[in-house]
Formats: sequence, structure tokens, C-alpha cells
Amino acid sequence: MSNEAATATTAAEAAPAPEPIPHGIGASLPAADARAKTEGTFPYAADLWAEGLLWAAVLRSPHPHARITSIDTSHAREMPGVRAVVTHEDVPGSPLFGRGKADRPVFASEVVRHHGEPIAAVAADHPDTARLAAAAVIVEYEVLDPVTDPEQAFEAEPLHPDGNLIRHIPLRHGDPDAAGDIVVEGLYRIGRQDPAPIGAEAGLAVPRPDGGVELYLASTDPHTDRDRAAACYGLEPERVKVVVTGVPGATADREDQGFQLPLGLLALKTGCPVKLTATREESFLGHTHRHPTLLRYRHHADADGKLVKVEAQILLDAGAYADTSSDALAAAVAFACGPYVVPNAFIEGWAVRTNNPPSGHVRGEGAMQVCAAYEAQMDKLAKKLGVDPAELRLRNAMATGDVLPTGQTVTCPAPVAELLQAVRDYPLPPLPKDTPEDEWLLPGGPEGAGEPGAVRRGVGYGLGMVHMLGAEGADEVSTATVKVHDGVATVLCAAVETGQGFTTLARQIVQETLGVDEVHVAPVDTDQPPAGAGCRGRHTWVSGGAVERAAKMVRTQLLQPLAHKFGMSTELLQITDGKITSYDGVLSTTVTEALDGKELWATAQCRPHPTEPLNETGQGDAFVGMAFCAIRAVVDVDIELGSVRVVELALAQDVGRVLNPAQLEARIEAGVTQGVGIALTENLRSARGLIRHPDLTGYSLPTALDAPDIRIVKLVEERDVVAPFGAKAVSAVPVVTSPAAVASAVRAATGRPVNRLPIRPQAAVVTGQ
Amino acid sequence: MGQREGAAGLTTSAPQTAQAVTLPTTLDEAVAALTAMPAAVPVAGGTDLMAAVNSGQLRPAALVGLGRISEIRGWQYQDGHALLGAGLTHARMGRPDFAALIPALAAAARAAGPPQIRNAGTLGGNIASASPNGDALPVLAALEATLIIAGPGGARREIPVSHLLAGMEMLRAGELIGYVRVPLLHAPQVFLKATGRTGPGRSMASVAVVLDPARRGVRCAVGAIAPMPLRPLEAEHWVAQLIDWDNSRAIVPEALHAFGEYVAAACIPDPVPAEDGSVTQHPPAVLHLRRTVAALARRALGRALS
Repeated sequence: MSNEAATATTAAEAAPAPEPIPHGIGASLPAADARAKTEGTFPYAADLWAEGLLWAAVLRSPHPHARITSIDTSHAREMPGVRAVVTHEDVPGSPLFGRGKADRPVFASEVVRHHGEPIAAVAADHPDTARLAAAAVIVEYEVLDPVTDPEQAFEAEPLHPDGNLIRHIPLRHGDPDAAGDIVVEGLYRIGRQDPAPIGAEAGLAVPRPDGGVELYLASTDPHTDRDRAAACYGLEPERVKVVVTGVPGATADREDQGFQLPLGLLALKTGCPVKLTATREESFLGHTHRHPTLLRYRHHADADGKLVKVEAQILLDAGAYADTSSDALAAAVAFACGPYVVPNAFIEGWAVRTNNPPSGHVRGEGAMQVCAAYEAQMDKLAKKLGVDPAELRLRNAMATGDVLPTGQTVTCPAPVAELLQAVRDYPLPPLPKDTPEDEWLLPGGPEGAGEPGAVRRGVGYGLGMVHMLGAEGADEVSTATVKVHDGVATVLCAAVETGQGFTTLARQIVQETLGVDEVHVAPVDTDQPPAGAGCRGRHTWVSGGAVERAAKMVRTQLLQPLAHKFGMSTELLQITDGKITSYDGVLSTTVTEALDGKELWATAQCRPHPTEPLNETGQGDAFVGMAFCAIRAVVDVDIELGSVRVVELALAQDVGRVLNPAQLEARIEAGVTQGVGIALTENLRSARGLIRHPDLTGYSLPTALDAPDIRIVKLVEERDVVAPFGAKAVSAVPVVTSPAAVASAVRAATGRPVNRLPIRPQAAVVTGQ
Repeated sequence: MGQREGAAGLTTSAPQTAQAVTLPTTLDEAVAALTAMPAAVPVAGGTDLMAAVNSGQLRPAALVGLGRISEIRGWQYQDGHALLGAGLTHARMGRPDFAALIPALAAAARAAGPPQIRNAGTLGGNIASASPNGDALPVLAALEATLIIAGPGGARREIPVSHLLAGMEMLRAGELIGYVRVPLLHAPQVFLKATGRTGPGRSMASVAVVLDPARRGVRCAVGAIAPMPLRPLEAEHWVAQLIDWDNSRAIVPEALHAFGEYVAAACIPDPVPAEDGSVTQHPPAVLHLRRTVAALARRALGRALS
């Protein structure tokens, strides 16, 4: 292996250690790498270097749907500086890969099914040469009509040998003939959000002398990436090693196998290290997006506003390949009614193939789209009944012991009413009338066209829920090792730090359990046992749980001899600030003395209770745990221009237990802001399957001016007894809930239906003034 | 992306090493450098150009950097006009001393994007790239600005900004935009843009309104809805007659409203009836754009007269 590459990754650990003042669970421990990240010295995947490396470029399809009639790589191969060109013919192992279902080709061979699908890859001695050589690969296409309307996918010619229907869940719960006095209906559309990580994809592949390859990637799921790569290269998994480098942001499956797999192929073929740094355009084309969704709803309620029945049809546009669409659909169907008590539910969900950009895991997938729709329905119902929207939601709020439409009983804390009351009763932000008019931040922003006389304020609510961990029988397991030597503890766990704060949490857990202040978390590679993907809050739960168990085992090893010597059980000894004391104060020593030069190790696993797949009527205990959130949005709308400014989002969330207050607040603020993006600006538009503006000018992420004041009104700390520390994942549920809350507030300000996200200006205009 | 033009010319494996960059310190040196290397591309702030280079759409054989030409980075006064250097950055134009001279141009400069863009992007670059979204362009059109073009051998010629933007007159080989001459009107001016968001963004529509009290005129230009700024001349003349110029420029609110509608109808005309008399209505997005232009024009004139 290459030493240069290795030093780049370990340098992440060389960041200066923070002040040791805050420590343990419940403290606002800062991240160990925070300083390096803010100063720009933290090495990300794009900073990797190896002696004699080659540069890769991937040729991607310019068409959303076409038959490939020929691929001629001869011109590209003959270009000076080009070292290798690979196509589908050069894949020695499995030509297909995919999450759950292996349906995606490494390189398109006969047909391309989406704009940006990889067709060939080149390694050359300069990045420009590689790009030009990729462009010199001559591909002849027979352009086919793309299927871009998911409603047409059912009838269209199959885009894939597996057919166009990826999954259908017909959920049936309760009495189909039940009917309410009041019925409201609606049709809703959710756009395509791109995860838009702050750093685009990059990676380095280094061939090994044994014929294997090492991949240095910003992977969030290194073992799965390794297994897929090994299958593609026709190698045993042991001969492929994934080393995780600095991850520049991940709110989704951040990595795009469209370049990972070619990278290793090129390294194996040339015998040289090969590097690729994707442009932002390639990043938008290559990785997966949030499922664009079409939803049709009918809510039945009695005269008091109690929900009687919900009927819904949910159609997810999966793009060309299955990826995690099946999981997204399960979440969408299961949470289609939201955190409300609904005795009768009939939900049809489909995920279909199209030639649109590919969809996959983005946090809160499935749950976010339905939240926007069921909350719009609740607003409609409140309007029809003449009831306050918050009051209507309270009347129907779910609590622990209630049953989901999947038949699963909610056994975890579900303080939905408490959350809603907290945000409802929080004081509203004042109108800016006491400050000079030129200091008001109106919709349209500073120097914008906003005019106070045309601005209306609206207040709206959103209640959301997500599940934590993989669902429907996924084996969610993580393994961690803790070792202590010389008063310093080290954690080895393959849970990837993506910015979510896992390494900080692991340090806190070890500090709390072992009383050792100096804790290091080792870099991640696939020589460690798997810890799974970093999504759905699983590392806080399973990897945090594994670290705690391992730390407790080390603690027992440390204290056992002492306890034995003094004839007491280890429970009577406690460790604080590196000192071991007994309950009666007789024994007092330090951890370093007790260690006596020894090195203690322990490895433990955490595996939550099993779940089961949804059956043919959408019934089953599919989820390990759930988290809830209530948001009250206050918006200002310029009703002539339709520009919206989110003034404030007040949030109350069910967090189980606060493990790191500063980190938790940052996660919530980030999630809420991502949700504001879905509500107002983020939509990766495509026209007939072609992504029109794959850049950050055309794709508007929220800036500091777009982000509202975020008030965390209440964090309900009702411990979830099945979760380690009783803590719930916090990142996803604000993403799910805030778009619905913003839409609800715009509805209140304008009286318009607002049935489409992101909200277009013309949907927030009040005409006839 | 699979298809890239310009791949054929590649002969070496390190195509960027031979690039020439010239950094002249006077306008005439810059013109001479461009004349000597016809393939060279002038670069000022580079906010558009470098994005095109980085994405591989543009591979300039050589660059002539204009950043060191100090004579075009400031402004001077010239018989009732301001002679603005083409190298003025948006950040500089946004400052209060400039805003006191040409308020609408300062407002456009402040709205032109995030600080990083405003620090680098220049007035001349905004004109030369002539993007429909260029925020300075409707202001220059409303001000009826004149461009002073520097050519080989110290030649200077003048063309109205609208002629260049409309393609009636083009820059010739070796020519550079040196200065922009703008009248000093000593009266309120307003630039408004609609972006659909609170943070900095591209304008969906923008309106510049300037008052010319000496001639008792109103000049208005609408940006971003067409490839070049549009001037609703009839609406300008009509509304100028309704302003009570001697009495603190008063106007009745109905006239403001009608002005907005007039401007919008002039820029986005009603659909022409087909031969059988049937009318295809504008799609909702166009109707929204029209309402937006009307609201912006009404607000802009209202603020200019208040």
C-alpha cells in the first residue's frame, strides 16, 4: 500500500486535542476535528495523493434513454498520456450491483437508462487528459423515448428486465366501508431534492502487491462499498480494502458507485494509484436524490374533527434503478397518516422506474414526502371544520400505545401532544414595527423588492415522525472495540464520522464509563468489523451501544482485581476524573495506577431487537423505534411577488435523552434548514429526463439569509428503554417536518392551497387584490 | 459529461502548461496584448469566465488579465456625467459614496450576488458577458449609458450600451470596454429585483427606474425577462406627463398602478389572436412573470417619487 495515502488519512487524528473541561455524557464536548475543519487543514478525500498517481475520468451518458449500438475506445486509447480505458467489457466480476437488488450495471452496455449513467472510464497522467480522453470515446446511440412521468411507467415498455414496478404495498388496516361526515381530498407533488454535499465525490484507488486493491473513499458505508467493489472486480472481499477518508458532508448515501467501481478497476488494470475528483456537475448527475413523489389523499373525519379513515395513493419516482426505493416506500406507506390516531387506513404505495435522475436514500426518505401531504390535509380539514389547525392536530395526536396503520403498536415514547402544545404556546416573534423600516428583512431579502404593505404573515404547524434504524428485518448490528493503555483510551469502530458527531459521542461514552479523559477514535477501514451505514440514526444507537458495552467490559476488567483485593463487588467502585474510589472512601487510586502498565481490550456488539417485513397488506412490526417532532412556522409572504421568507421555526422534539447539547442543537438546526430548502428552493429540475442545471447556481441551497431563526422550544427527554442511553436519533425528523410546517404557514398567510413543494412564487401570490 | 467540443486540438498530455497570462497596467497595453494574440481572452473579475474554464467549456489559449489596470478601477467627472472605469467592482459600486452619485447602479451592485462575487465581478464584465440576468444592465439601459471602447493604436469610440446589448454594434478584435459614461441626474433612482428567495439569487425579473427632473422624464428598463433589458418607452412618456414635477413630484396612486400594468403589458404583450379569433392564454408562469414585472415597476416608480 502507499504510505502517502495512509498519512493523509491518519492526519485527521493528529488534530490538536480540545480542552478537556467538558466531558462525559450530557456535556457539550466539541468535535476533535472541529479546529482542523474550520482552519482548512482537515484532509478530505479530494486531498489524497500517492506517488505516481493517475487521474480518472468517467464518460457519462448525455441521454436519459438510449440504446448503445457501439462503443469505440480506440481514439481514446491512442491519446498520449492515456494509460487505460475501461468499459463494460473490462468488468471481471459481477456486471450488476445495487442496494438490496443488484440491478444497476457498473457500466452501461446495451442501454443507458438515465442522464449521467457511466459508460466508460479513463486513467491518464493528467486530469485534463483523462477528461478529454473520456470525451474521445465514441459511443453511438439510438436515442429512445424517455419515460419521465412516473404515472406512465406502469404502461410503458419495461425499462429494465425486472420490469418498471419496483415495489407495490397495498396497506389495508381497519374497515374499508368506514366513512366520515367530513371528507377532504388533495393532490400533492414533491420535487427532487439533491443531497448536495458540501464536498463533491472524490477517491483514490491504490493497487496492492497481492493483486487486491485499496480504495480511499469518503464512504459512509465502507463494508457494503467493499463488498460491491469486490464482487465487481471478481475478488474475494478480503483483497479489497476500503479506507474511509475525511467525509465532506453526508445527508444521504453520499457516494456514487459510478466512479468508485471504475476507480478500482483502473488501478487494477494499470497497476498504478488512480485518483478522481468529481466536478459539481458530475456529482449532481451521479449520486442519488430524494424521490420525487406524487400523492393523492382523502381524509374522513367526524364532526368533531376526529379522523375516521385515510385513503391515499403514493407514487415514488425511483429513477432507473431500485436502490433503496423499497425502504423509502415502506416508510412512506407506514407513516402516510402521520403521528395521528387513524382507525382505518387504506394506502396504496408504488415505487416505479423511470428515466429520470436516480433516487435513493436521503435522510427522512418517504416520511418527508407524506408529511407534507398529510399536514396539508389536516390544514384543509381544519379549514372545512372551522377549527384551529393546532387544535385539530391535538385532537388526533398519537401517544404511546396507539397503533400505526401497519398494525405495529407504538411502544416507544410518543409525546406528540406535548410537543405540539410546546410550540403552540411559545410566544410568537414580534412584528418588526418598532424598528426602522429600512432595517426590516422582508421577503426578497436586503436590497430586494419587498414592500411592507404587500407582506402578510402566516403561522402554520407541522407534526412529523420517522423511524430509526433499518426497517423490515434489516440486520442492524455494529461492533466496537475499546482499549485502554497508559491512561489513554482508544475506540475502534467502523462507524463513519460524517459530521453527525459519532466520534465525539464515542469519546463521551468512554469518558463516562471509564473516567479516562483522553479518548481517541481510530480511523475507519474495512479491516475492522462492520458497523453498517451511517443513516437513520443508527450509529448513535447501535455503534454508540457497542462502544458503551465494550467500555463497560474494559471497566470490569480494570476494577475486578481491585474489587477482589478489597473484597467488594465492582459495582461499589466508581471512576471519576481518572480516579477510582470505593463507596466508603477507603480505596482511592488512579486509573493509570490500576492499569499498572497493562493494556486492556474489549470488543462488543450491539444488535437491536429484530423487526419483520411488511406483509402483502402492509402489516407488520417493521420498525425498531420512532422519533417525533412538532414545528411551528412563521412566514412572511409578499403576496404580489409570491416571495416567502421563513421568519422563525419553533421546534419541539422527542429526543429520548440529550447526549451532547451543542451537537444536538447543531443537528436540529441543520435538519430544519435542509427542510426549508425542500420547502422553498431545492428542486433538481429535469426536462425529458435531462438535468437542466447541474450546478449550485441553478440549484439553490439555503444561505444564511434564507435560514430562519430556529427556536428549540422543548426537548422532551423521555427515555426510550430499548435504545442505548435511552437516546433517539435527532437529525432526520426536523428534515421531515419543517417543509410541511413552512407550507402550512404559507397556506395561512395566503389562503392558497400550496400543494406542491418547493413552493413556487406563483403559488404564494394572492390575485384580485 | 460525455460530449465536449474542442477535444480535437489536443496534442500534449499536459495541455495547461503552455498557457500565457499577460498582466498589462494600462488600457492601451491591454489592447496591444489582445491585438498581438488574437486568441487571448481578456479576464476581469473572472466570475463567469473562470466557471466556464473550470467546467471545461472554455479553453483559452492565453489570458489578458485586466485587474492591474488602475485607470479603469475608479471614476471621474466629465461635464455632468460620471466616467466609470470598466474595472469597478460591484463591491466598490455598492459603497455609500457611489450610491450618492448613481443610486440605482449602487443598488444593483449590492443585489448582484454574494460578497465573493461582488468583490470580484466588475461593471465591464457585467456588460461584456451580457447575461440576461446581469443586474447592472437594466440600470445602464435606463440611464442610457454610453460605452467608451478602447481600440488598437489608442483609438477610442463610443457606442450606446443598448446597441452593444442588442448586437447592433459589436466589439471588434482587440477592443476592450474602457469606460462607461453615465449622466448624473441628481434625482431618485430605484432598482428592484425579484429572486424568489431571501438570500442572494439570480433575478427572475428586475426593474430600474430613474428620474430626469431637468427633462421632466422618467426612464425605465426591465431586466432578466428577455436577452437584453427592455425599455417601455410609451409607458415612460405617458407616466412622465402625470407627475406634478413642480409640486414635490406628486402622482396619484391609480397612475402608479396603471404604470405597472402598462410596463408589464409592453414587455410581455397579450397573446395575438389566431386567425379564427381564438386566443391562447399565456401559461401561468408567464402570467406570474407579468404580474411580477407590474408589481416591480409600480413599486419602483412609487419609491422614486416618494
